[in-house]
Amino acid sequence: MSDSAPLMSVSEISVRFGGVSALADVDFCIAKGTVTALIGPNGAGKTTLLGAITGMVAAQHGRVALEGRDITDLPPHVRARLGVVRTFQNLEVFANMTVLENVMTGRHALAAYGILDGILRTPRFRAGERACREAALEKLEFVGLADKKDVLAGELPYGSQRLLEMARAVAAEPRLLLLDEPAAGLNTQETKALAGLISRVRDELGITVGLVEHDMDLVMGISDAVTVLNFGTVLASGPPARIQANPDVVAAYLGD
Amino acid sequence: MRPWYARNLAKAAFFATALFLAPFFLPNEYYINILILGGINALIALGLNLLLGYAGQISLGHAAFFGLAAYATAVATTRLGLPIPVGMGLGVSLSALVAWLIGMPTLRLRGHYLAMATLGFGIIVHIVMNETVEVTGGPSGFVGIPRLALLGFSFDSDRSYYYLVAAVLALAALFSLNLIDSRVGRALRAIHTSESAAQTAGVDIAGYKLFVFVLSAAFAGVAGVLYAHFLCFVAPSSFGFHFSVQLVVMVVLGGMASVWGAMAGAFFLTALPEALRGFEEVDILIYGAILVACVMYMPMGMAGAAAGVWRRIGRLRRGRVPGQGEGGHVG
Ligand SMILES: Nc1ncnc2c1ncn2[C@@H]1O[C@H](COP(=O)(O)OP(=O)(O)OP(=O)(O)O)[C@@H](O)[C@H]1O
Ligand SMILES: [Mg+2]
Repeated sequence: MSDSAPLMSVSEISVRFGGVSALADVDFCIAKGTVTALIGPNGAGKTTLLGAITGMVAAQHGRVALEGRDITDLPPHVRARLGVVRTFQNLEVFANMTVLENVMTGRHALAAYGILDGILRTPRFRAGERACREAALEKLEFVGLADKKDVLAGELPYGSQRLLEMARAVAAEPRLLLLDEPAAGLNTQETKALAGLISRVRDELGITVGLVEHDMDLVMGISDAVTVLNFGTVLASGPPARIQANPDVVAAYLGD
Repeated sequence: MRPWYARNLAKAAFFATALFLAPFFLPNEYYINILILGGINALIALGLNLLLGYAGQISLGHAAFFGLAAYATAVATTRLGLPIPVGMGLGVSLSALVAWLIGMPTLRLRGHYLAMATLGFGIIVHIVMNETVEVTGGPSGFVGIPRLALLGFSFDSDRSYYYLVAAVLALAALFSLNLIDSRVGRALRAIHTSESAAQTAGVDIAGYKLFVFVLSAAFAGVAGVLYAHFLCFVAPSSFGFHFSVQLVVMVVLGGMASVWGAMAGAFFLTALPEALRGFEEVDILIYGAILVACVMYMPMGMAGAAAGVWRRIGRLRRGRVPGQGEGGHVG
C-alpha cells in the first residue's frame, strides 16, 4: 500500500505545558497513501502531537514538514488549506448548524467567491454555493448521513456526530486526514463500519490517514504502519504485526 | 417558486414595505421620532448582532463607535465647514478605523480581550467627549449640527427623515441576511461554536473576527451620523457605557443570531421607556420587571419565541403529524 515517500514528517518535536513535558523530541512520519496509526496509553501525547502537526498546539522545538515543505511557522487555517485537516477527540461539531451546513463549512476554503459576491448574490456566488452544496452532499452520502442533512448537528446521536466530523473533514479535500479517536463511544457494529469507512477514505478518496485510536482491533485491522507513543516519546514504530509482537509495547500497555 | 438566492431579497422587500406603512398606523405624529430613533438603534443592533450573535465576540463599547461617528460629522460639517456627505463619510470611516486599531492586537488572542478593550475604549471616549470642551462642547453637548441634506434634497420633515432611516435599515438588513447566508456567515457561526473546528475548515479566525468587528463598528458609525444630522445636537450622555450595555441587551433580548430579533429588540427597548412615561416614579421598576420577564419566558429571545409559535401553528395545521423534523435556524 505505502510507497514510503513521507507525506508528512515531524522531527524532534517538543511540547511542554508549564512544567509538564507532553512531547519530547518526537520523530514521526506518515507515508503517502497509508493509514498510519498513532497509539499509546492515556496521556501519552497523541492528541498533543496532532495539535502540533495541525498548528493548534505551539511546539517549543522541532519542525513539521508537508511533502518536504516546512510548515512549522504556518497558522492552523493555512495548514488546513495546504491539506492538513483533523477531527477531534471531544466532538467539535457546529451544534447549531444543520448537518449539511457543517459539511459546507468544511469546504470553506474551497468555495471560490468573495464577501461582496455573497452580499450582491452574483453569479459567481450562486455557482460557488451550488458547487459547495453538491460536494457537501456527496460527502454526506459517503459517510451515510445524507438523509440527515437538514437536522441540527447537535441533535444527532453521538455516533452520527463522529461521522459528521469525518464528512466535514473530508469535505475540505485534504491530503492528510488526522482522526483523533474516531471510534471512542461507538459500539462494536459502528466501529466495524468505521473501519470500512476509513479504508475507503484511503482507497477511494486517495487521502492519507493518521489515526489515533485505542481500539486495537481497529488499528491492527486497517493500518499500514503503527507508531507507539509513551510518556511523550516514541516507543516503537513499524508494521502492525511487528508492533504487536514488540515486548516493550506489550509492557507499556499491560504495565498499568 | 422563488429561486433560493432571491429569498432574502423578498424578505427585505417585505420588511421595507412594513417600515413604509408603519407611520400610517401612528396615533400621533410625535411617535415618528421614536420610530426614527428605533431605526437608528436597530441599525447598531444589526451590526452588533453580526459580531455578538453570530461570531460570539462581545463588544462593550459600541456606544462609543456610534458617538465617535456622530461627533466626527458634527465637527466636520460645522467647525471644518465640510459638506454633509463628506462629514458622514468621515464619521463612518473613523469608527471603522478605530475598530480596526483596537481589533488588530486584541482579536489575535484567545479569551475576552475584546470585551475588556472595548470597555476601556468606551470609557475613554466618553471622558474625552466630556473634557475636550473646545472641540466637543463638553457635557452640555454640541449644538448647531446641520440637518441632513443630500443631493439638493433637504430632509427637514420627520417623515422624510424616517423614510431615509427606513431605507438604510432595510438595506442593512438585506446586507446582513446575505452575509449570513454565505460562506462568511457559516465561518462566523463556526467561530462562535468551535474555533479549533473552524480553523481546521480553513477559516482564518483572527481575520474574520477583525472583519466582523470593523463591520459592526461601521454599522454603528452609519447610525451615528444619521443620529447627529437628525437631532442636530449631540451630547456625551447618549454615548456612555449605559448605552453600550443597552445595545447588548437589544441583541440578547432579540434572540442572539437573528437579524429580525436584533431589530425587534432595538425597537422594543427604544419604545419601552416612552410607553412607560405615564408611570412617572415606578417606570424604572416596570422596565426592569419587563426585562426580567422577557428573559424568564423567552430564554431564546424574541426570535426564539416567534419561531416556537410558528412551529406550533405549523404543527396544528399539519394536524399533529408525529415525528416531524423541526430543524433549521431562525433567519
Ligand atoms: N492544554 C493542556 N494544558 C496542560 N496540559 C496538557 C494540555 N493538553 C494536554 N496536556 C497534558 O499533556 C499530556 C499529553 O496529553 P494528550 O492529550 O496529548 O494525551 P493523549 O495521548 O491524547 O491521551 P488520551 O488517550 O487520554 O487522549 C497529558 O499529561 C496531559 O495532561
Ligand atoms: Mg487524546
